[in-house]
Amino acid sequence: MILVGELAGLPPGESVRVQGEVAIAVFNVDGELYAIDDTCSHQDASLSDGWLEGCAVECPLHAACFDLRTGQPSGPPAKKPVRTHAVSIEDGLIYVHESTRVTVGGAVVEEVG
Amino acid sequence: MEHITVVGASLAGLATVRALRAQEFEGRITVIGDERHEPYDRPPLSKEYLAGTVTEEDIGLTDSDDADLGVEWVIGQTAASLDTAGKAVVLADGPRVGTDAVVLATGARARQLPGGFPQGVHTLRTLDDARALRSELVPGARLVVIGAGFIGAEIASTAAGLGCEVDIVEAADVPLQRPLGAEMGAVCGRLHARNGARLHAGTGLAELVGETRVKAVRLTDGRELPADVVVVGIGAQPNTEWLAGSGLEIDDGVRTDEQGRTTIPEVLAVGDCAHSYRDYTAGWLRLEHWTNALQQPAAAVAALLGREHSAPAHHSVPYFWSDQYGHKIQFAGHRRADCTVQIEEGDPDSGDFLALYLNSEERPVGVLAIDRARPFGQWRRKLAKRP
Repeated sequence: MILVGELAGLPPGESVRVQGEVAIAVFNVDGELYAIDDTCSHQDASLSDGWLEGCAVECPLHAACFDLRTGQPSGPPAKKPVRTHAVSIEDGLIYVHESTRVTVGGAVVEEVG
Repeated sequence: MEHITVVGASLAGLATVRALRAQEFEGRITVIGDERHEPYDRPPLSKEYLAGTVTEEDIGLTDSDDADLGVEWVIGQTAASLDTAGKAVVLADGPRVGTDAVVLATGARARQLPGGFPQGVHTLRTLDDARALRSELVPGARLVVIGAGFIGAEIASTAAGLGCEVDIVEAADVPLQRPLGAEMGAVCGRLHARNGARLHAGTGLAELVGETRVKAVRLTDGRELPADVVVVGIGAQPNTEWLAGSGLEIDDGVRTDEQGRTTIPEVLAVGDCAHSYRDYTAGWLRLEHWTNALQQPAAAVAALLGREHSAPAHHSVPYFWSDQYGHKIQFAGHRRADCTVQIEEGDPDSGDFLALYLNSEERPVGVLAIDRARPFGQWRRKLAKRP
């Protein structure tokens, strides 16, 4: 479990990057919190620097869009999804529960930790 | 309309095909491409692919969804002429591809030096170019890059990272003057020296020295730079010669309106080969930007099929990026000669910053950032909302 910070410090429309096993981007979309891998699956770019449009974030470099709920890219140039992570709030503090990578038969699947 | 032919199988060609299907064109689609490869992404060719950190598979543009596009790929064949009266694309080895409409997405090619050269002299535009160059950029190799534009600067950066000795030759006093202006061009040019590459500005190429293999580059100021490998990065020119006699208006690319329509019905042009009217600048621009090649086709397809199309407002703002020495350089908008530069955040002398380009009315028309992606994205959108 990774402490992100105070809920009050992440108002709607804002995002922040925290370091887990890999960097994770946390977004506040109108009061709902979402966490995904920070590094774009297309090329090295930080999604926490991206542009929020509804429940999607647009990569700040090459405009790949990811659905914050599923991690799926909505179109080119990204072909691969990013991982999503569970978020919880306790006593006004935001925590991210980093998903673990599990390899099954050569394919990487994810499991919420 | 039953059959649409796309000439060009790179990003703009593929984006055209995807847009045709997304906009519910159900007829035949033929794509003609002169390279023998499936569509691939070019920006990594001077960066990650050249550095060896991504593979050819990684830079492939098609994904599993594209198998459903139902496209007839004619790969490794060159379109030789366009018969607009006879409604056909004529291939170099003779066959005619009859078609109801044509989308031209033939891109641009690296400008070459005149004459023949010794071995070890490269340009970089295609995957085959990148393969050939990559095999020569071994640690300790002495690389001379002719031209300090974005492609030359990126190759210099990658080569320095690979352990090559890098010299860059730029004829102008300051690199990147046309896109960025002298002040910011100088800022970007300083990245070379900070990272161990030598920029020689204000001097040109006099001669490539070497009989069978290049040995050195002689400069117009008399100096001679020893070289094992030379890359010529002096710009690109649109692939439009084959359209001579087609009746299309050719002027540094195929002239089109904002939507990519040419003067001939059912013939459109998109991407690097299109010299299109842009609302953003209220004038014609030929853009070699990746985002233009990605986004322009949807508008062109809508125009061709008579569909409604509305792109996000910021798509109208020209945008490009460059990765050099671990720094992310981003530019959006359009610089005019009378623009002044105003530093909005950070400090160009010490590191990351964001600068605005103001026109003569002091209104921002362009934004440049180094390693400031978040505010850059905000400014890019603000630029789109001009009165």
